[in-house]
Amino acid sequence: MDFNDTPEEAAFRKEVRAWLEANATRKSDDKQSFRARNDDPNLLEKAKAWQAKKAAAGYARITWPKEYGGRGGTPILQVIYQQEESSYLVPLGFFDIGLGMCIPTMMAYATPEQLTRYVKPALYGEEVWCQLFSEPAAGSDVAGIRTRAERDGNDWVINGQKVWTSGAHYSDYGIIITRTDPSVPKHQGLTMFFLSMKTPGVEVRPIKQMSGGANFNEVFFTNVRIPDSQRLGKVGEGWKAALTTLMNERLAVGLPSGGLDVDELMELARDTELEDGPAIRNQQVRGKLAEWYVQQQGLRFTRYRTLTALSKGQTPGPESSIIKIVAASKMQDMGALAMELMGPAGIMKEEVPNAAGFQAQWIAAAGFRIAGGTDEILRNIVAERVLGLPQDVRVDKDVPFNKLK
Amino acid sequence: MNFDFSDDQKLLKEQVRKFLADKCPTKVVRRVLDGNETHADEVWKGLVELGVPATTIPEAYGGLGLSPLELCVIAEEVGRAAAPVPFDSSVVLATEALKLAGTEAQKVKWLPLLASGEATGTVAVAEGPEPPRPRNTRTTFGGGRLNGKKVPVIDGEAASFAIVLANTGGQGERAVSLVLVDLEQAGVSRRRVETVDPARKHAELVFNDAAAELLGAEGEGWRTLERLYDTAAVYLAFAQVGGAEAAMWMARDYALQRQAFGRQIGSYQAIKHKLADCYVKLELARSNAYYGAMMLTDDGADLPLAAAAARIAATDAYDFAAKENIQTHGGIGFTWEADTQFHYRRSRVLALGLGGPMAWKDKLVTRLEQKNVT
Ligand SMILES: Cc1cc2nc3c(=O)[nH]c(=O)nc-3n(C[C@H](O)[C@H](O)[C@H](O)COP(=O)(O)OP(=O)(O)OC[C@H]3O[C@@H](n4cnc5c(N)ncnc54)[C@H](O)[C@@H]3O)c2cc1C
Repeated sequence: MDFNDTPEEAAFRKEVRAWLEANATRKSDDKQSFRARNDDPNLLEKAKAWQAKKAAAGYARITWPKEYGGRGGTPILQVIYQQEESSYLVPLGFFDIGLGMCIPTMMAYATPEQLTRYVKPALYGEEVWCQLFSEPAAGSDVAGIRTRAERDGNDWVINGQKVWTSGAHYSDYGIIITRTDPSVPKHQGLTMFFLSMKTPGVEVRPIKQMSGGANFNEVFFTNVRIPDSQRLGKVGEGWKAALTTLMNERLAVGLPSGGLDVDELMELARDTELEDGPAIRNQQVRGKLAEWYVQQQGLRFTRYRTLTALSKGQTPGPESSIIKIVAASKMQDMGALAMELMGPAGIMKEEVPNAAGFQAQWIAAAGFRIAGGTDEILRNIVAERVLGLPQDVRVDKDVPFNKLK
Repeated sequence: MNFDFSDDQKLLKEQVRKFLADKCPTKVVRRVLDGNETHADEVWKGLVELGVPATTIPEAYGGLGLSPLELCVIAEEVGRAAAPVPFDSSVVLATEALKLAGTEAQKVKWLPLLASGEATGTVAVAEGPEPPRPRNTRTTFGGGRLNGKKVPVIDGEAASFAIVLANTGGQGERAVSLVLVDLEQAGVSRRRVETVDPARKHAELVFNDAAAELLGAEGEGWRTLERLYDTAAVYLAFAQVGGAEAAMWMARDYALQRQAFGRQIGSYQAIKHKLADCYVKLELARSNAYYGAMMLTDDGADLPLAAAAARIAATDAYDFAAKENIQTHGGIGFTWEADTQFHYRRSRVLALGLGGPMAWKDKLVTRLEQKNVT
């Protein structure tokens, strides 16, 4: 057992380091810049510029085949890049959905001509993609969506509403799951498409989030007409295509990176005086710190187990299914404790610079526990797929969608 | 990145697993629990034949000279079977203590006997209901004579020798030393003590001018014990992982079979999510245990932290799986007849032997502080 790089990996790491050193700024230790950094109005433009640079250097999607602008590299190289990049201040996050979910779905279903047209601009950050799945009446139960797509000659006409669509307001394209046949049970009547967010009849309205920002949106579709050539997969097989997307979501080996974690909380605990001395000497605080450290390390090494399997060309076990379940609650609970250390002032958004980052994480974690599969749905998935327990009772499973109450 | 066991190690694991499934089904655990035997001797002899106690003993001392990783996979299987054999006491603690601190003569004398299964050893630290510390160690050693009382001592009845924490008169942590004592002598009396897990027998040892000798330097007992416990914590974490996994699947199998309100109980989310949580804890424990295993090899610079994390995660996983296994079984799970009790009992024995989770959490943070300073 070892974490050693192979000679090839070591060479790659060296190359990445040199490139980052030449092209990016090292993370400052200044915690106060946290809020300023995240509220920067030009973040998207900066992120696009960084993405273009990264893509030109061949680091944007290391595991993708060369023909699509990737490097044809192993998942390990991808992780090495991320490890190295995490020491630098670079704007991230805008392209994860597109490159992590939408484009892989395109790769599974789109024509070679379409791939030639769409993959490279996505990779270079020139075109941003979003995922139009959730609706007001269907989130966890995404197969229950109601947005209709009806055939009209060689076109399809889409009517309905999506919601919680991250990044729709700055996205150029999206993949959308629609209902094409309401007369069959819910999973059977779905079809997937991709479309330009500028297609007439598409209206995006940002939703203000609990965090104060507005990164997700409602998207309305009114007689939106798109050609049949934008269909992904067969008519009525949209569920299969959606599973391709969701599988890619779960395959993403990355953890939310760059966040405040145990080291930062320890620092805070060292610098904070409680009535009986520094917080770090308090047994309850120590107990919590130990538990989170164990979780942090557990997740890190779980990822290493998955990577080891990938690097040996084996199918990884289901162990990575625990990652978001653990990471989201840990982030929430650590945030809450960090705030508690400040006493009553822990709720203040001014004068507690040390806790600001933890406050932001405490807020964000509430969404993290929901986005991309709620805690409850993820536990169901572990129980059913890993432990082989029965599915929940599903009263709607075999009923035609239009006969459901 | 190679963060996995080798194919050979997996093969060994499979071999031990098959052997224990065959020779140590739960009815054997029950037999020892209900009966008078100190351990399941036929299972132990079989493990000896497989070379288990010889695994990490160097070839020069009659062992197989394999790496700690081999013993980790074996520990997982012993834990899975909840096998009533002197594994933790002898194969892990006594053997590692000799390797860590024994003189050449001590190693030459005992390691070959341990490897061949002719002798077993144990480690005796606690002196009744108080977490052991240098300052409350009342057993004394001086002039080659050991006096005092140790309880509970795992496998103390059957063991050939014990490694005893004794006061040798220094200051603070240096007040204590480790002492090697042959238990087959007139100055030693032994008595079985009842514990919550009668499948692992424990004893009270009383030393009355028993002949003994230092193991390691005088005053080094506490430091050596900490090192020993770090090593043992990793091996026991694997045993806990094995036990947790067995308890989880036992609960899952029952959840598939038992019906209530017209459905399998395993189709209710209160059960599904509970078992999903068992899995989450199990994988966190396994991943931390792997890193602990890695730190047992090479120079293991990060062993103190890795061992603490492995122990905390594995104790949590086994405690949780063991208790929720009973809960999933309902009334039948609380009977003497049910197999669910074995893991519940064993999980506490393994959780407390090297010190409980509260102590290890404190230790972990101390080590984290030290690491951040350097
Ligand atoms: C920050 C953020 C970003 C998002 N980005 C996107 C995006 O880009 N694109 C997109 O399509 N969607 C996005 N979503 C939507 C997200 O996928 C859904 O919110 C999520 O799947 C939950 O669906 P819901 O909101 O309809 O809640 P519901 O499904 O109504 O769930 C409500 C509660 O019921 C529980 N529940 C539901 N079903 C079960 C069950 N079977 N068993 C037990 N409990 C159950 C849930 O766990 C939850 O606690 C985003 C959400 C958030 C918070």
